[in-house]
Amino acid sequence: MAVRDIDALRERAAELRTEIIRMMGANKAHHFGGSLSAADLVAALYFSRMKYDPARPDWPERDRFIMSKGHCVPAQYAALAMLGVFPREELATLKQLGTRLQGHPASHLLPGIEGCTGSLGQGLSFANGMALAGRMKGLYYDVYCLIGDGETQEGQIWEAIRTAAVQCLGNVTAILDRNGLKAMDTSYCGKDLAGLDAKFEAFGWYVREIDGHDMSEICDALDWAHETTDAPCLIVARTVKGKGVPFMEGVPDYHNVALTPEQVTEALAAVQSGRGPAKEA
Amino acid sequence: MSEKRETRHVYGEALLEAGRLNDRIAVLDADLYRSTRTVLFRDAFPERFVDMGISEMDMASTAAGLAASGMIPYVNTFAMFITAHCYDQIRIQICYPNLHVVLAGSSAGLTQGPDGASHQSLEDIALMRALPHMRVLVPADGIETRAMTLAATSDIDGPVYLRLGRYPVPDVLPADYAHVLGRAPWLREGEDVSIIACGHMVSAALDAADLLAGQGLSAAVVNMSSIKPLDTDAVQRAMAAPLVVTVEEHSIIGGLGGAVAEVMAETGGRSSRLLRLGTCDVFGESATADELLDKHGLTPTGIAASISRAMGQQ
Repeated sequence: MAVRDIDALRERAAELRTEIIRMMGANKAHHFGGSLSAADLVAALYFSRMKYDPARPDWPERDRFIMSKGHCVPAQYAALAMLGVFPREELATLKQLGTRLQGHPASHLLPGIEGCTGSLGQGLSFANGMALAGRMKGLYYDVYCLIGDGETQEGQIWEAIRTAAVQCLGNVTAILDRNGLKAMDTSYCGKDLAGLDAKFEAFGWYVREIDGHDMSEICDALDWAHETTDAPCLIVARTVKGKGVPFMEGVPDYHNVALTPEQVTEALAAVQSGRGPAKEA
Repeated sequence: MSEKRETRHVYGEALLEAGRLNDRIAVLDADLYRSTRTVLFRDAFPERFVDMGISEMDMASTAAGLAASGMIPYVNTFAMFITAHCYDQIRIQICYPNLHVVLAGSSAGLTQGPDGASHQSLEDIALMRALPHMRVLVPADGIETRAMTLAATSDIDGPVYLRLGRYPVPDVLPADYAHVLGRAPWLREGEDVSIIACGHMVSAALDAADLLAGQGLSAAVVNMSSIKPLDTDAVQRAMAAPLVVTVEEHSIIGGLGGAVAEVMAETGGRSSRLLRLGTCDVFGESATADELLDKHGLTPTGIAASISRAMGQQ
């Protein structure tokens, strides 16, 4: 199932963005910005890097992906539906009464979701636990955890960073979706991300920085992380919040907002044109 | 009278036994393994033991990840920290997906003693009881501690809070006691008053019943060791007496007393009064365990006196 063709992966990413916009639709507030910034990373993981059998989402030896910034789970929902883990039509039930597609991930409801997140700062610890279980059971698999840049303000993230290094969890990879925006603004309340690379390295991690919308760079970095087995890896992915939809790109207001029907049409046209995912566009 | 034992000590031994029976059991501790007695498991099964260091939130979330990948983690630190410090993690990552994680809260209650209010968990039962899927177990003695520690793996598939103490208590249950989740052992018959107790307070309640007998009062004693699920039948049976008394080493708000009050309020056709004994909406403080139990009226003498007073007011 692995797709190594970069152009094909870009097309999958554009399709994934289309599904995100479609499932969110008009007139209801959704987390557009962060879901779109993570779309290329999620596409590269599910459609290329990860050892994953859509027919057996509970296969014990599968690679695992944890969306620690849980509000961006629509990107993961789209990938899982595109793989056929659950019916694509179900994407339209996002956040509706009785749905398995909750506003934040619910692993007991939907196949393919590994754990419950939504309270920021907890996903990396959970990823470490999955990696430790693999070690205890003699199974080898990778665990990928997507964290938001604002999320690194949570103290528990730093506990987990320490644990992953101390326990030598070389199969853990954190991907930092560095879109430069939080929920309210760009200020980081003075707790900005300067020197983040050095901080992770000081805690015992390997760090690589990439353009989080360049599919070649993403795939190379994921391969590097997979092949690195003596310590955890951080991929700092420079991204643009709202990537692929020009009127959203880099605008904090689109963190969690309702679009008009006209904006939905415009957004769908933009992501389908491929303007978003292709670097040269 | 049997030898007195601390439930945390029996837990450490039972955890080792559980680890021998089931290789899916993993143990996490937060730099307290000698106090929590998980040191026994660590020495026997180092590959299934992780000392997380002083990072309890990380520990709770890591346990969720272990459980989601097929292990059965027992998570250990003082009761205060495993409940209050990690509440968000327990709620969203463990209880919401109904993961099989055993939270062992050690050194619970007033009898934690000299460390004072920061370390004396008097609200942990209330906190854990409010969470969907959570079971709340408070063993009364060493026999029940062993039974519950093993049952937490063999009889339960979901989150469990096991409340353990560092106060030596005699065995109150028979050696062949078989724990049944949600069934409260009825330890003593009596007509004038029904005492419903949990944890260390069960043996105190039995002693209080002896004292009351000397005053001509007949007291039943129930060991409500499973606070969730609660044995509502036992509560209703206790309501055969005109006075029901709950005794716990915990706040009277939201714990055993709160749980029993909810059942009694919703049970029609009876007129039993309820007296809740425990800490009364206050924090703990530094002192010896016995001094604190005495101050809060939780010794056999204190319990008997409160009951006599209440009976006099009937």
